[in-house]
Order: sequence, then C-alpha cells, then structure tokens
Amino acid sequence: MNQMLREKEGKTRLRIVDCDIHPAQRTPQALYPYLEKRWVDHLETFGPFIRQALVGQLSYPRMTANGMRVDAKPEDGPAGSSLAMLREQHLDRLDIETGHLVALGRGGMEERNPDLSAAMSRAVNDWQLAEWVEPEPRLRAGLVIPQDNPEAAVAEIERRAGDARFCQVVMSTRPNETLGARKYWPIYRAIEAAGLPLCLHPAGYSSGKPSTGTGWPSFYFQEHYTFVPGTEALVTSLVIEGVFEAFPKLKVAIIEGGFSWAPALGWRMDKHFDTFHAEVPHLTRKPSEYMREHFWWATQPMEEPKNGRHIEDIIDWIGWDRILYSSDYPHWDYDDPNHIFKFPLSPERREAVFGGNARKLYGYA
Amino acid sequence: MTDMLTIDADFHLPQAGVSDLLPYLDDYWRMQVVDRELPSMPFRLSSYPANAPHARNTAFEGLDVPGALDRFGVSVAVCSMLHGVAGLHNPDMRAALLSAVNDLVARDWLDADTRLRGSIYISGEDPEAAVAEIERLAGDDRFVQVLMLAMQDLPHGARRYWPIYEAAQRHGLAVAIHAGALYRNPPSVSGWPSYQYEDYVIQSQAFENILVSFLGEGVFARFPDLKVVFLESGFGWLPTTLWRMDKTWRGTRQEVPWLDRPPSQITAGRVFLSLQPVDMPGPDEVAQVVKHVGSTDMLLFSTDYPHRQFDGDDPMPAGFPDAALPAIRAGNALRAYPRLGRDPALAARVDFLEVTP
Repeated sequence: MNQMLREKEGKTRLRIVDCDIHPAQRTPQALYPYLEKRWVDHLETFGPFIRQALVGQLSYPRMTANGMRVDAKPEDGPAGSSLAMLREQHLDRLDIETGHLVALGRGGMEERNPDLSAAMSRAVNDWQLAEWVEPEPRLRAGLVIPQDNPEAAVAEIERRAGDARFCQVVMSTRPNETLGARKYWPIYRAIEAAGLPLCLHPAGYSSGKPSTGTGWPSFYFQEHYTFVPGTEALVTSLVIEGVFEAFPKLKVAIIEGGFSWAPALGWRMDKHFDTFHAEVPHLTRKPSEYMREHFWWATQPMEEPKNGRHIEDIIDWIGWDRILYSSDYPHWDYDDPNHIFKFPLSPERREAVFGGNARKLYGYA
Repeated sequence: MTDMLTIDADFHLPQAGVSDLLPYLDDYWRMQVVDRELPSMPFRLSSYPANAPHARNTAFEGLDVPGALDRFGVSVAVCSMLHGVAGLHNPDMRAALLSAVNDLVARDWLDADTRLRGSIYISGEDPEAAVAEIERLAGDDRFVQVLMLAMQDLPHGARRYWPIYEAAQRHGLAVAIHAGALYRNPPSVSGWPSYQYEDYVIQSQAFENILVSFLGEGVFARFPDLKVVFLESGFGWLPTTLWRMDKTWRGTRQEVPWLDRPPSQITAGRVFLSLQPVDMPGPDEVAQVVKHVGSTDMLLFSTDYPHRQFDGDDPMPAGFPDAALPAIRAGNALRAYPRLGRDPALAARVDFLEVTP
C-alpha cells in the first residue's frame, strides 16, 4: 500500500499525518496504575456513572465486532489495545509519519462524578504517554479533559501546556451543554493560552440528551447519522454564540464529524444572518467567515457520491488547506488513504490533505 | 405567470385567537377554555415569536390572503395554521383545540377561497387522537395533507406514529412536517442553544434526522404509497445527507433489511421539500445542489406567505434549469399530494407529470 501511494506521488514520499487513531485499554484495570488508590477503590465499588441506561456497553450495539475492524483485535484485549498491531497494520503498512491518538470511552468525557471525571482524564492522559507515545514516537496524545467540569478541565490543560507530546485538546461532540455556552469559555481561554487546537470528536456514549432534537432513534443506522447533525449544531453554536469573537486565536479540528455538510451550513447561517443580526450583535462578520478561519475538517468517514468529483465541489468551498486525512483505525468504518478520493488529486493537494495541512495546523516540521 | 399552473406548498393563515375557536368546541371544552382563561393567552409557538424578524407578518404588507394568491399567480395553495395549541400537554384539551382549529380553517378559509387546500393539523404525541381526527375530516377532499411539527417526542419514523401514516396513506393524504419545535427534547444532542438564530439554523438539522428516521424505521417499505413533505426544511443539506445514508447503508443494512436499495433511491418520489426559505446564497449554489442531488423532482414551489424569505417579487430562486421550472411550480406537487394528483381539473393543466431535466 505504501508503495502504491509513493508511486502515485512520484518519487517523493507522502508524509501522512493520520488525525484519528483510537487506542484502547486491554481491560478497565489497565488504568489503575495511573489512578490514586481512592479512585481505584471507588471504581471497584461503584464503577463508572454515566448518562445512559446501560453501563460498560453501547446502547446501540454495532453491526460486527463491537464496531471494530475484526482483524485489529489482539488475543488479549479489544481492538486498538495492541501497539504492535497498530504498528504493523497501520503505521508501518501505510507509512504513517505522525498519528494522533483520540482516546475514547474511559476518559472524563462522560463520567458524572466531577472529581472522578478529573481523575480519569489525568489517568488516560498519563496512560497515553506511558504506553503509546513514549514507546512509539510517531504517535501524539490528545489531551482528554473533564469537559463538563470546566475548572478541573482548565487545570488539566494548564498542567500539560508546553508538553509537545500532546498535540491538541479533545472534547466530545456530546457535551452536556451546547459548546458555545459560556460555561465552556474558561476552557477555550486555557486552550488558546496553551496554543493547542481543539479537537471535536464524537463519543459513543450519551450526553444524557436524546441524540436528535426530536428524540431517540431506534436503530444504529440512524444513531450513526446523529454525529452529523450533532456536530453541525456545535459548529452553529460556537460561531453564533460568539466564541471566535472572544477567542480569536482558537482553532478547531472537526474529527469524524463529517465535512461535506459544511458548505450548506455556512450558506444557511449566512442566508439568515441579516434577519437575526440584531439578536447577536457580538458577531462582526458573516458566519461562514468564522467557519473558514477557525475550522479544519477530517476526511473520515468520506462520503462516496456516484460522481466522485462532487466531493471536489465541497472541498473547493471549505478550502484545500483545511482538510485533514483521518483513518479512524481500528473502527469498522475505517478509511484507507489509498482509496478515499474517487477523483485524481494534484500532487500539491495530495501533499496538503495527507499531511501538509496537519503539519501547519499542529506546528510540525 | 397567471396562465401557468402554480401550486404553493407552504402558505400560512393568520393564527386565530382561542376565542375564535369557541364555536367549534363542545359545552365542556367551551367552559374549560373560558374558566381557565385560555382566550387571554397568545398560544404562539416559541420557535416563531410574533415579532421576530423571521416570523412576523409584515413582510408582504398590504397583501391579504386572496391578494397574496393573486400577486404570485397561485392556482392552489396548501395552507396551514401553525397554532400553538399543539404545544399543550393535556391530550384531551389539545385534541379538542386542534379539531377546532381544523374546523375553523375549513369554514373561514377553505369555504371562502376555492384556491386553498387544507392541512389536518394533529399532534403526533397522541396517535389515537390523531387518527380519529384524520378519520373525522378525511371525507372533505379539500384537506390534502396531515400536518405535524418537526421536533416532537420521537423521530417521525418511530412505530408509535405508524397508525397516523396508515390512515394518511389510506385516505390519499400526504404527511407534511413543518419546521418548528414542541421542545419535548432539547433541539440538539448537546442541548439548548442560547439564541433564536441558532435555533432557527438547526431546524434543518432536525429534518436530516427525520429523513434518516423515515428510512431507518422502514416507513417507506411499510407504507408504499405514503408521500412525505418537508416544509421550511431548506434543501441545501439534502445531497450530502443522501451520500452519507448511501454509505452508511452499505455497512449497516443487515440491521434495516427493509432498506433493499440504496436510501437515495428509496426517497425518490416519496419525499418532497418546499423551496422557501432557500438557504443558498445565489444561483451558483442552487445549481450545485441540483447537480449533487441529480434531480429537481422533489422540490415544491412555496411562497411561505406571510413570511418574506426572498428578495424581489418572485419566490422562485434563480439557478434551476428552465426545463425544470414547470414541475417545481406544479407537476411535482401533483405527485406529492395524491389528492391533488387525482383532481382532473389540475391534471388537465399539466402535460408533464414526470419531468426530469
């Protein structure tokens, strides 16, 4: 595969940055070495406490292998828990230069107990460094924060600021309130001060609110789609509630939230801007201008219109300097970099999408 | 314009006060309504505040209902009165007042102007009452659709609502979903927006979920003749939603075996969307959306009277191929509304029931 990409690119090596790799713990106990005894005891007694009916599982069972690539499961743990497999199946095979970890599931994103959510976030961050980034320098950690406990979230960001092993701060697209809410502004202030991008990535667990504005869907087929309007609503919220007026240096990477909807959302916000501007006088520009300045968009899961070039129209609006390649390894809807674009890319665009844009955004050489 | 058949899919009647509904209520409800002082209450849906710029009725100033129909050359207007009584929680009070609204529309409006067609306005929260209301009014051919709001208890494809769709299909009524929220749930997965602007923008995101719900739950397979009309949904979001549906379907179709073809094929001829308010900034973007969907067969002309959402005098936005305009103006509506399609007086005025540019 890496050979194919190199050939397409000519003689130059395509330096891929993969913006979405999911590491997993072999067992829940794998985090215990990174937790104080008080929290180990708590977890052994009470377990995690989240905003859905079922604990320790997804409420919408996935189609196969718990939503994972079947071949990515090691014998002694879930898919994504083996660094050796990640190297062999993904980093080496596709010649990934840099991979971004997005640690889901046992961080502080969903935990209701505020102090436990802070402790779990710290533990997951230490675990990423010790078990992934230190042994494998191609990987960068994503800073998990207890996002609905802003004071502790700020403390965690400040604790890690300046540590280049963390490339960004990660928040779930299923927060407890819509992300433009003032409650989260101290977090954005800290992210801006730390000079890190903010990554918005969907979490499989519930925010405690129905996953659509008209209630809970029945099937995973529907639930899978809710990540799209869920992320659209957050972009709408961040823009309209004035986050980028307050934090003009904030950069947001939308990872696994889709990108093809961005033009239509920008059009809709712009089209109604004059009608509503008096309600939101804090906005000094059209919404699409904030979108183009402050957002980057990851590719996976890439839609496949019958005419592949329709994707080109979409990216022309977003900007070819704003698209980031992501694989979603080891999830079932993984995108292989050799096959995601159904139309030819110029060498410049190929270089930008598969690595150059990410290197600029994240400040890599 | 006047000699061309024009069907307006989204035409709003001024909201009647609750006191105007009293003649249509029985003694018990008349007493309840008066004793509980409902006539003093505004019953405005909070997603359409009376004086907000997107909802106020001054946009077509000086144009009353017949005047607006004349001005835009509308031959037939499918009208609605999006009355706030749908937001009540008491199911009996809500049903009584919804019936009164429907009766008032028939007497005050459908009787007065033969160009108007009605909506059977129901609440999805009480399917049994909704079906009873459909049965009560279905004999009146002037009602051509069942009308629900976009954000309610559950996504619209949910089985709880199937008796409504069964009744609608049996009577040749389209099922129309209009933008707006009952706020039974926060309007987004992450909760409550702070501003009406956001709330308005994310209405179209609700329609994305609704389309996915009708597909995923199997409504189109179970009710093969049912037509679904989205009103004030926008349509800029449609192509990429269909792309995503087709892709997700390939990985999850075992779960939803009633989807026996790619979703974009299933929605063709079954789902229709009104034009106004158009979200695209100009004709190039309109043309791009048409190119990406590959069709204009699902689009229904609308004025959105009395909300002025368009510039100039023509509600038809620029950017559509000329050959598609007659179908958007009327032909598509004859397929969306079975009762209009079988009206010989209307069918005689078009010779293009199946136009694909």
